[in-house]
Amino acid sequence: MVRKVYMVSGGVSKFTKARKDKTFQAIVKEAYDYTVSNLKIPRKEIHQRIEATTASYFSDHFTRQLMAGIMVQDYLGLIPKPSKRIEGGGATGGLNFQTAYESIASERFGLVLAYGFETMSHVNTWKGNEFIALASDVSFDYPVGGFYSGYYAQMCVRHMYEFGTTVEQLAYVSIKNHRNAMFNPYAQKSGRLTVQDVRKAQMVAWPLTRLDICVMSDGAAAVLLADEDTAFELTDTPIEITGVGTGTDAMRMADRPHKDVLLLPHEKTEDYIGERFVGGKLNYPGIHSFRAGRMAAIEAYKNAKITDPLKQIDFAEVHDAYTSSELQTIEDLGFCKYGESGKFTEEGNTFMPGIDYGLDLPKQGTIPVNPSGGLIACGHPVGATGLMQAVFAFWQLQGTIKKHFVAAGMSEEKASVLQLNNPKRGLIHSHAGTGTYVTVSILERPKDVEIVDQ
Amino acid sequence: MAIKKDPNAKLPEDWRNMPGTVVFNLPFPKEWEDDDLKGMQPIIIRFDYSISYHHSYGQDSPWFAAIANGELIGTKCPECGFTTANPKLACQECGAETKWVKLPKEGKLHSFTVCYFGAEKFLDETPYILGLIELEGVDTLLLTRILGLDPNEPSLDWIGMKMKAKFRKLSQLNPTDVYFVPAED
Repeated sequence: MVRKVYMVSGGVSKFTKARKDKTFQAIVKEAYDYTVSNLKIPRKEIHQRIEATTASYFSDHFTRQLMAGIMVQDYLGLIPKPSKRIEGGGATGGLNFQTAYESIASERFGLVLAYGFETMSHVNTWKGNEFIALASDVSFDYPVGGFYSGYYAQMCVRHMYEFGTTVEQLAYVSIKNHRNAMFNPYAQKSGRLTVQDVRKAQMVAWPLTRLDICVMSDGAAAVLLADEDTAFELTDTPIEITGVGTGTDAMRMADRPHKDVLLLPHEKTEDYIGERFVGGKLNYPGIHSFRAGRMAAIEAYKNAKITDPLKQIDFAEVHDAYTSSELQTIEDLGFCKYGESGKFTEEGNTFMPGIDYGLDLPKQGTIPVNPSGGLIACGHPVGATGLMQAVFAFWQLQGTIKKHFVAAGMSEEKASVLQLNNPKRGLIHSHAGTGTYVTVSILERPKDVEIVDQ
Repeated sequence: MAIKKDPNAKLPEDWRNMPGTVVFNLPFPKEWEDDDLKGMQPIIIRFDYSISYHHSYGQDSPWFAAIANGELIGTKCPECGFTTANPKLACQECGAETKWVKLPKEGKLHSFTVCYFGAEKFLDETPYILGLIELEGVDTLLLTRILGLDPNEPSLDWIGMKMKAKFRKLSQLNPTDVYFVPAED
């Protein structure tokens, strides 16, 4: 890494099922306007000083518009500055974030805007599912019954078989994320659910019900990244990006091998040998784990000097398009060992402290996962999602959740519920279909930067 | 200036009288301020979009020819031995050129799901069972349709069940030409 990179600002359009009132360019403009309106120098000057942009959106099919990125660039008035499109399925937003990071770390640019969007309402839900299924091998996978929920359900079933994970443990993730979202004015869905609510919801792909799965959204998000001097000129509370990591795996999940676990620094080979594993040893990654997520974590942790993730990370915003993928992911990230995520979640470790979920959670709040409500509640407008996670993590580390949630129309009392007490380091995790591309980025409040008065 | 009449080219009067297909008489105020137009409801149009593709299976074509003839084949790496159920003519583990090999027609169910919904194309086939098959001597799995199990009674007990390949009588040159059913002992 050549030089330090900071996040200085972010903005999100409220994700909704359908934004018929605006085209995608104008929805990105909402996120952009918010991003440049919260800094120490006037927005007009920031607009001029932005040196380059990176654009992310996943599917050309949803808009039936190729080159949509340049249409945003000219609508924002940022032509003729440099820009490029970044795409990698569900990880599109996370990859975009890291591309903007790289362009500053490499000293090519000093102030870069990353924006992303998706408008999924232009087709019906089942046609939308067809478009998403085209992000599986169209020769071998899609024709068999292409349906992403069906792919993840098979991974989930194997996780249950290998590790004894239960559908009730999956439901805990849904309860947590929907409940957290009741305090996030940007969330598309929220509510107080019970295990029974989740299990009795309409079955989509066994054992995943409608309440185990995220919904389609229209929305946009933007983040502004800068080098150190620029960052402190623009804000008193910039957040440093101390590590980025990326991993990949085979497009066809059936092609994933069964080998040895890629270990994190705090794990040992013996952790995955023994009678409790099918065949006496954990075969990895198979379809129960995301090797790309583990690769991304290994790289990001190395950069950020994290050797004990559970102790050194205060919270995480992870890809939970499915409740099962949140469980699989917290294992990839080393918050618990492979196979233990069901129990780890059931004990309450990943829940927010101080919120009543109507569940008995003896270890509530160890490492909150998806304080914002995650994709399940906030929505998943694919190209925006990874950037939305960055914005929520950024506000969390700055200590400005309350300010931004009040600005979005929430009462003062409710708006501060999701603000953690003095968080120093957060993780964001963006993930593409069945774990093909995964990004992990570490955000950290610099030691000499005080949290904004809460 | 006279325009020579070409039967395909339109003259101004032809253009003006073209039939309207989307809306009739979309109202627009005679007098308006900026805010009136910014408060206008969005206009939403609808259209179809269909395409015929010429999709080549390329180097993977023999796999489809095999299942159309009731055979299962895969690829094996002569250098590292990695064997796949769906073909990969370049080894994903070491990059070497692989060779075609015959695969067994019996295996075990590794995992599955029942889809009660699906992509639009498959909605009228629900509920359907997707499964992944373990084949002896093969390092990867095979994604397939499972028939012969009750989609309304899914159970973890299905995992490990012996399954055998069946082939459609009439090929569709799709991976669904092969499907798996429980093998009777």
